[in-house]
Amino acid sequence: MAELITYRDAVARGLAQEMRRDPSVHFLGEDVAAAGGVFKATKGLLEEFGPQRVRDTPISEEAILGAAMGAAMTGLKPVAEIMFSDFLATCWDLVAVEIPKTRYMTDGQVTMPLVIRTANGGGLRFGAQHSQAVENWAMAIPGLKVVAPSNPKDVIGLLAAAIRDPDPVLFFEQKSLYPSKGEVPDGEIVDELGVATTIRSGSDVTIVALASMVPRAVDAAEELEGIGISAEVIDLRCLVPLDTATVIESVKRTSRLVTVEENPRLCGWGAEIVSIVGEECFWHLDGPLTRVTTPHIPLPSADALEDEFLPSVDRIVEAVQKVVQ
Amino acid sequence: MSTTQLEEPTRDLSEDELLRLGLYRQVVRIRAFEERAYRLFMEGLVKGTSHLSLGMEAIAAGFGEAMRADDYTFCTYRGHAHTLARGTPMAGVMGELLGRASGVCGGKGGSMHLTSVEHGAMGSYAIIGAHLPIANGAAWSAQVRDSGQVAVCFFGDGTTNIGAFHEALNFAKVWNLPVVFVCENNLYMEYTAIGDVTAVEHPAADRASAYGLEPIIVDGNDPDAVYEVAATAIERARTGGGPSLIEAKTYRHGGHSRADPGQYRPDEEVAAWLERDPVPTYRARLLADGLDEAALTEIETQAQADVDAATDVARAAPPPDLQAAYTNLWADGGSSWRN
Ligand SMILES: Cc1ncc(C[n+]2csc(CCOP(=O)(O)OP(=O)(O)O)c2C)c(N)n1
Ligand SMILES: [Mg+2]
Repeated sequence: MAELITYRDAVARGLAQEMRRDPSVHFLGEDVAAAGGVFKATKGLLEEFGPQRVRDTPISEEAILGAAMGAAMTGLKPVAEIMFSDFLATCWDLVAVEIPKTRYMTDGQVTMPLVIRTANGGGLRFGAQHSQAVENWAMAIPGLKVVAPSNPKDVIGLLAAAIRDPDPVLFFEQKSLYPSKGEVPDGEIVDELGVATTIRSGSDVTIVALASMVPRAVDAAEELEGIGISAEVIDLRCLVPLDTATVIESVKRTSRLVTVEENPRLCGWGAEIVSIVGEECFWHLDGPLTRVTTPHIPLPSADALEDEFLPSVDRIVEAVQKVVQ
Repeated sequence: MSTTQLEEPTRDLSEDELLRLGLYRQVVRIRAFEERAYRLFMEGLVKGTSHLSLGMEAIAAGFGEAMRADDYTFCTYRGHAHTLARGTPMAGVMGELLGRASGVCGGKGGSMHLTSVEHGAMGSYAIIGAHLPIANGAAWSAQVRDSGQVAVCFFGDGTTNIGAFHEALNFAKVWNLPVVFVCENNLYMEYTAIGDVTAVEHPAADRASAYGLEPIIVDGNDPDAVYEVAATAIERARTGGGPSLIEAKTYRHGGHSRADPGQYRPDEEVAAWLERDPVPTYRARLLADGLDEAALTEIETQAQADVDAATDVARAAPPPDLQAAYTNLWADGGSSWRN
């Protein structure tokens, strides 16, 4: 049996699945318990698991992640919510310096089984301080695993995998996807980190996308089919560990690559993919390695501007046409 | 003398010879280690940097003796003393300072990141304020697990002006966490006097009331006094009474780090604090209180012998294997990020 649920409800279901299974999983964040989260993605958890395991915190991002880190080092498996990914900047020391480096610096004396969940990216007209896609920030840090699901089933399975993983995971929920729906099978769902999925096969070009860019890449591929271009679409799902094998195998077949990224241009994750493919598939290529990204600007608020500058289906189609011509 | 094991610590400290010998052993061992670390730094054997606790030993000593073996210590880059005070073997600490494979972190930590989890030394953190929220996390976990463990977190006066300090204190109070925050007020941040950059006179104690905590100031050069406040605060935390914030007044004998001569400090101020050097003053007090000088001398001799031995072991140890750089990023032991 399967049911159609939203990306938003998948978050609560994934958390509940893991909290039922493992009493050491605890969840904390601002307005997450009684209010069920500002995006209502954690509704019902307080009622099921009680105030000991589902805890509201003060507006203290460093204190939230510090608590998660210290607890992870000493026997708990905390899941911490940072309400908007832009706010990671206020606790960047914990994200970039403390959590990812401590296991390494102590030569393995501690492990850091924690998950930071955060609402990432644009599309809701919230303006530049609540809309940036920052997955590329996270990817630049040795010692962090980085996950960004594109659909409800992956939200559950990858959240479960992240919670079970003994290393720190930054889990990006794309906030414009919260209301989107997808089929989810009954029962426990546990996925695997570091495995990309090929969601559409094709032979002329490989489109690699992540999170909210995945549905757009799929729409673009359908449009392209109408004009005789066969596009393969890969949902990367994780930036670290990075499933380069799936991408490389695909590009060797299609001989062309287009990445679709929501993050701003410079040092976006697609640059890393392009660089790897450039080095390792060069002799198989028949077209320029191409990136479609948000331009290198803060995301403006007005709907007309936001719609223009986030990578759109049209821009993906256009980019692919140029590569394939 | 074997390591002090307290049966029943009594509050009548002057009569508790075992406890006071334990405190003396701590200050003497830390002093001997730090003097050697300084010498090895000047010889170029300790590379990079080092931040010593010379003059500040009584704080680590008092807390080290008051803590239970499974309690957690979180400290800063000025953390040799706190790491040793928990019983971490000197040779491993010295090895880490010298960048050897035999170091407690296999040479990946260095002087500023000494850690020995098996001794409850949960890490030395070199980003100002970072470890206060992290100590909360260990305390939260102890609370959840109902383990009775307490987290003790040491930091400097300068740290009271960073946001994490304030976030952590509020958080600890509202979650009633078993954590003891200890401000080692040595009157200076790096090269700036704390009074020149702080809105209140007592950088920690004057902030306590903002977090519903009692202001506590202790003479950080007096091992007996530190032990007393430590035992009280730890007991309170262990029995559900929540966090404490303690300001221990002290002074570093040398500069902030490396070979800093500390010339930004007035001569009279330095001289006055050298008069209050915790090692000789505590020794004199113990003798005046009737402790046997032979016992003190034996502690001193043993400490020197231990430092000599630790230095020999560290110097003889090889550097880390180059492959070690690729290990222990992830829990699987490796560092790979792609397939
Ligand atoms: C966030 C941050 N800012 C600045 C520094 C540089 N720094 C290292 S030690 C130090 C002084 C800290 O003073 P205090 O807290 O009094 O500790 P002490 O060194 O006196 O023990 C500074 C500014 C740092 N490590 N981290
Ligand atoms: Mg200071």
